[in-house]
Amino acid sequence: MNKKLYVARSPRIAARQLGEEMLVMSAQGSTLFTLNQTATVLWQAADGKTTLEEIVERRICSEFEVTPEDAIRDAEDLAEDLAKHGILLVSEIPIPSRDPVLQEQIR
Amino acid sequence: MSLMAEMGERAHRLGVPFSVQLDLTYRCNEQCVHCYLDHHDHGEMTTAEIKKLLREMADAGVFILTLSGGEIFLRKDFFEILEYARALTFCIKLKTNAVLIREAQAARLRDLGVESIQISIYSHRPEVHDAITKLPGSLRRSIKAIRFLRSQGLKVVMANVLMTQNMDDYPSTRALADELGAEYTLDPTVTPMMDGDRAVLDLNVGESALRRVFRDETLVGNADEFCAPPRPLDDDSMDSTPCSAGHTACYVSPYGEFYPCVQFPLSCGNVRQQSFIDIWHNSEQLKEVRSIRLRDLSSCSQCAHGGSCTRCPGLAFLEGNMRGPSTADCERSFARTGIPSANLLAKKDKDKVSPARLVQIQLVPVITGVRLLEMSSAACTLAS
Repeated sequence: MNKKLYVARSPRIAARQLGEEMLVMSAQGSTLFTLNQTATVLWQAADGKTTLEEIVERRICSEFEVTPEDAIRDAEDLAEDLAKHGILLVSEIPIPSRDPVLQEQIR
Repeated sequence: MSLMAEMGERAHRLGVPFSVQLDLTYRCNEQCVHCYLDHHDHGEMTTAEIKKLLREMADAGVFILTLSGGEIFLRKDFFEILEYARALTFCIKLKTNAVLIREAQAARLRDLGVESIQISIYSHRPEVHDAITKLPGSLRRSIKAIRFLRSQGLKVVMANVLMTQNMDDYPSTRALADELGAEYTLDPTVTPMMDGDRAVLDLNVGESALRRVFRDETLVGNADEFCAPPRPLDDDSMDSTPCSAGHTACYVSPYGEFYPCVQFPLSCGNVRQQSFIDIWHNSEQLKEVRSIRLRDLSSCSQCAHGGSCTRCPGLAFLEGNMRGPSTADCERSFARTGIPSANLLAKKDKDKVSPARLVQIQLVPVITGVRLLEMSSAACTLAS
């Protein structure tokens, strides 16, 4: 990976953990997706401040049996795919939270 | 099976309240002739109480949150509540008459990622619609709002209720929905008042009108298939649960009362006194509702329609016994198939069979653009 990529959960999606899977609905056409365990970890860690590389290193490689090279390649593919569906925002610069006060309130 | 239905089944297995309707107010700017609510404010939950409830519901696993009323836009804190709910990543569906929605509100709903907005439209003719809502100019304002919402790319569902006042208008009302780019549902379901008063049921259309609707292939697809005789009962049917009410769905009133469904006013607790999840897991009333299987229903388990009937336990409850038949659904099955239910046969000597009443017909466009017909009781639409 040449560039740093920042990922953030889109504010226009609905999501909830159901059993071991994350249920995600994109506002684009009300399309429903389920994320597997690895994708869920990536999605939950996508705070707009942490790079994809750091997420893979800290959250994926430490929890799943996968080489860093394979993990980062898969993560990039996944991030691109989720971005296409409006589920994830991907940027080369940090992505600010739209409403940090509200985010703080619900924590 | 759709992914949503699959998730609904998983939620059922896990005991998760997948879908909740929360009425924010019973106050309304329309006074519809068929409405089942008392519109006076008897002490609505405050903004803080609702936010606390929303956090509890998110923690409990609620995914689909329907905000309804009353007219939700009458609450001055409506957008504050909505924004909070979206920050908690609920999938939000709204039910409104849309009279108060202008361009700015439509844009804000889009920004907040609302999944869909259901708007009540009873006729394409102002003189009919406005007579039902008792609010002059309401059709014009609601249509204007639909245009605003559609221009923002939002999904709009136009919900029509079939009554004696508008029974001839539904084809043109549907055409209006098509013109506006809205989905369309037709619901010949006038339900009793929440306090059990059944006087509004006189607004229901007669049996011949309902039969005509059931055989309208633009609504039901293959009418012969739709109106086919019921399938024989098997063991799977006998072990089935009546609907999602209390299993994966529930309802909370503006006063915090917790019911299995908006159409099933059996109080299971109050979220002002207990946490949402405490009521969901420990309410004796909910446990009783969940325990009911078709084989436990003395009349319905013996009925030819048992396996295919859309019996609503809430309407049965309103009729006096949650394990009893819902006569309105018996009448619907009869109107659809021409075969009387066990309950109707038992009543034959006592009561005259009245017009078929409770049915919901929903046109559901799927991804391919093909329209499917779903038929279910109003109580069951939350998790559909």
